[in-house]
Amino acid sequence: MMRRKNAILTTAAIATAAVLGLAGCSAGAGNSAGSDGETPTTATIALTGTPTNLDFTTTAGSAIPQALMSNVYEGLVELDQSGEIQPLLASEWTVSDDRKTYTFTLQEGVTFSNGDEFTADDVKFSFDRVKTDWVSSLKAKMDVVDSVEVVSPTEVAVTLSKPSNAWLFSLATPVGAIFSEDAVDDLANTPVGTGPYAVEAWTPNESLVFDTRDDYWGEAPGVEQVTLKYFADATATTNALQTGDVDAIANLQAPELLSSFESDDQFVVTTGTSSGEVSLSMNNQAAPFDDVRVRQAVLYALDKQAILDTAWNGYGSLVATYAAPTDPYYEDLNDAYPYDPEKAMDLLAEAGQENLDITFTVPTRPYAQAVSEIVVSQLKDVGINATIESAEFPAVWLDQVFTQHDYQMTTVLAVEARDILTVFNDPNYYIGYDNSKIAPIAEEADAADEDGYVDGMKQVAEQIVDDAASGVLFLFPNITVAKADLQGMPENAIIEALDLTNLSWN
Amino acid sequence: MPETTTALSRAHHTIPPLNPRNPNRMAIRILINLARFAVTYVVATVVVFLFMRLIPGDPAQIALGVNATPELLEQTREQFGTNRPLIVQYFEWFGGLLTGDFGTSYVTRTDISPMVLDRVQVSLILVLTAMVVALLVAIPLGTWAAVKHRNFSGVAIGLGSQIGVAVPGFLAGILLVIVFAVGLGWLPANGWTAPAVDFGDFIRRLILPVVALASVQGAILTRYVRSAVLEVMSEDYLRTARAKGLSKNGALLKHGLRNAAIPVITVTGVQIAALIIGAVVIERVFVIPGLGSMLLDAVGNRDMLTVQSVVMVLVAITLILNLVVDVLYTLIDPRLRRSA
Repeated sequence: MMRRKNAILTTAAIATAAVLGLAGCSAGAGNSAGSDGETPTTATIALTGTPTNLDFTTTAGSAIPQALMSNVYEGLVELDQSGEIQPLLASEWTVSDDRKTYTFTLQEGVTFSNGDEFTADDVKFSFDRVKTDWVSSLKAKMDVVDSVEVVSPTEVAVTLSKPSNAWLFSLATPVGAIFSEDAVDDLANTPVGTGPYAVEAWTPNESLVFDTRDDYWGEAPGVEQVTLKYFADATATTNALQTGDVDAIANLQAPELLSSFESDDQFVVTTGTSSGEVSLSMNNQAAPFDDVRVRQAVLYALDKQAILDTAWNGYGSLVATYAAPTDPYYEDLNDAYPYDPEKAMDLLAEAGQENLDITFTVPTRPYAQAVSEIVVSQLKDVGINATIESAEFPAVWLDQVFTQHDYQMTTVLAVEARDILTVFNDPNYYIGYDNSKIAPIAEEADAADEDGYVDGMKQVAEQIVDDAASGVLFLFPNITVAKADLQGMPENAIIEALDLTNLSWN
Repeated sequence: MPETTTALSRAHHTIPPLNPRNPNRMAIRILINLARFAVTYVVATVVVFLFMRLIPGDPAQIALGVNATPELLEQTREQFGTNRPLIVQYFEWFGGLLTGDFGTSYVTRTDISPMVLDRVQVSLILVLTAMVVALLVAIPLGTWAAVKHRNFSGVAIGLGSQIGVAVPGFLAGILLVIVFAVGLGWLPANGWTAPAVDFGDFIRRLILPVVALASVQGAILTRYVRSAVLEVMSEDYLRTARAKGLSKNGALLKHGLRNAAIPVITVTGVQIAALIIGAVVIERVFVIPGLGSMLLDAVGNRDMLTVQSVVMVLVAITLILNLVVDVLYTLIDPRLRRSA
């Protein structure tokens, strides 16, 4: 009897020892954040939406450039908070008279985080590599480049096959990132750039730790280390901020959680603008939305202000198409389709589509879930019966909607900056818009001078709105919540980059 | 309830029990167990492999996202190796499994094995600690509830456990966070610190998730303990023990609890296995980098190799737990050893 009792005790002891033994290992050696010291030297930023790996040359998803552009990688130019192109690795540049050759003068004394010196050769290597090694349709942005010529170690001349306004802008986006030839073997795990931060640790789905480089060529950030901590949902980020585990939340996707921070002077809430449109996409190549009158009816049927107020607590702004106020060619086209249910019903009658039944494919994302019910109820008021069909995002949505075009209506957050031509100037894109009218205008605009570019792109936007190619429910706000003492969180998200280079503590 | 427990204990008696006095029987029993282990494991590899290919979604498509073109998709599938015949993909993966190498994830581009090893430790710490806490609560409470099943306190425990069973773990988690982290500020709301990094912080971050898991498990186990003890209390041998002059409690302690332990151990074994994956919700609420959240992320990205690897680790843990439970029976129940 006693012996058996001992056996049980022994088993229990072994089990306990096993637990403790495991505890001794470096299980889940993630980082712990947030020490309440006197003057912090580190900052921890909470984000939702984790990068799957760190290689944006082969992997899509805005989370990768969000973390790495500006912070780790730099381009020849960058975009400031008002959307203007500013010099970065290029101190200045000249454009030839035929506007096809750009000669960039490079900053001197710039090194990569692996110690390599930055020269014109790296520019040539990086630009050429886009064409040869990138696995992403983004690489098309470099198609216009005819040749890249190293004039001297600090001078590089890029010749385009035709003048292009869009090209210089794209240098501020990921395709313009400068890589070191010796450091592209493991981009997915060890990115090396010229930016003020170097990747210190990367734990997929958990965190990305940046150390501030002491050999950075420009003005160094006011913190020594920045940790990007990735969370599965917005509530976890606000909990972490309230208990001091993180110092700021970037791009908060749950406006309903803001109220407790707005009334608390320990925190600062900023609601800037972004380049992300919450679309109401209609399949232009399939019934019933192959009929422009039905598409227009939908746009008349929607009270977009009510949608914004209900779905996103009024944060964000209304735009008519894929052009944001920070884009040079933006104009306010919101009056094109005022809320007018009567007119919507007339158009539907004209098109012979009274009592229309459609399917609304809604991706499993917070913004999409938030808008879906109210869109459906507004459509119902004009006789369109929309049935919500949930699509797992990204896996199922990409397959069904984006690739197979097997949908009638959907919504998605399109985050890429200046993406109006990506979305509409390609009839094979999932929206299937007939681009015959805008293609020549767009081409002319790209080759024109700056004024001609702005005028031409305005025409493109007007045409797209006229054709009711697709709707935009609202422009996504860039909501940031930070501890009041933390300075330098970017207010706007004009391109994908979350620029943390100005962080400092008061 | 008693029906369930007897059914459970009976199910585990189908193979002959370990018998130290009969080496042949014991060897056969171990062999049968190992064979069962191997067959289940291999069948599971086929099932999980095929299942991941049946659900919609293509890893190449997810990698390219809205930057995909048909040519790039083909190029990426080629690079991932997902365009090769299924049978080739399966055996390559299975071959790796045999050598303990899960391969390299094409989503994260990192080796899966060290990642899984790291995550499985986190999950085991969380689940085993919660289970120990749950047992420490459930055994005295359940026994008390059975002994006093006609009294107010016994009925109250029964009712309380009923409520505990009905509360989903994530709700318990959310409430704990609201009260103890955000409201009172006593403990961190979420996150995980490895014990080797900062043991104090490790404990502080462990408390709330363990309480969330243990409260539900404790309630479930309390009910099992209660019904198991109730069952043995009506057994003849207990009446005999009392007739010998033992007090009610003395008889129960000396003869009853050991017998009641058998169904409880079965349930505990099953629950640990279920908890490791079931803890995914708690891992999400508390942002704990365990196996469950790893599985969830991998499924979302259609990271086939990682999903398969995690599932196979879970299968292995389940099978090992079954073996352990089986061994524990023989340690506890002398009849299982003496039977011919």
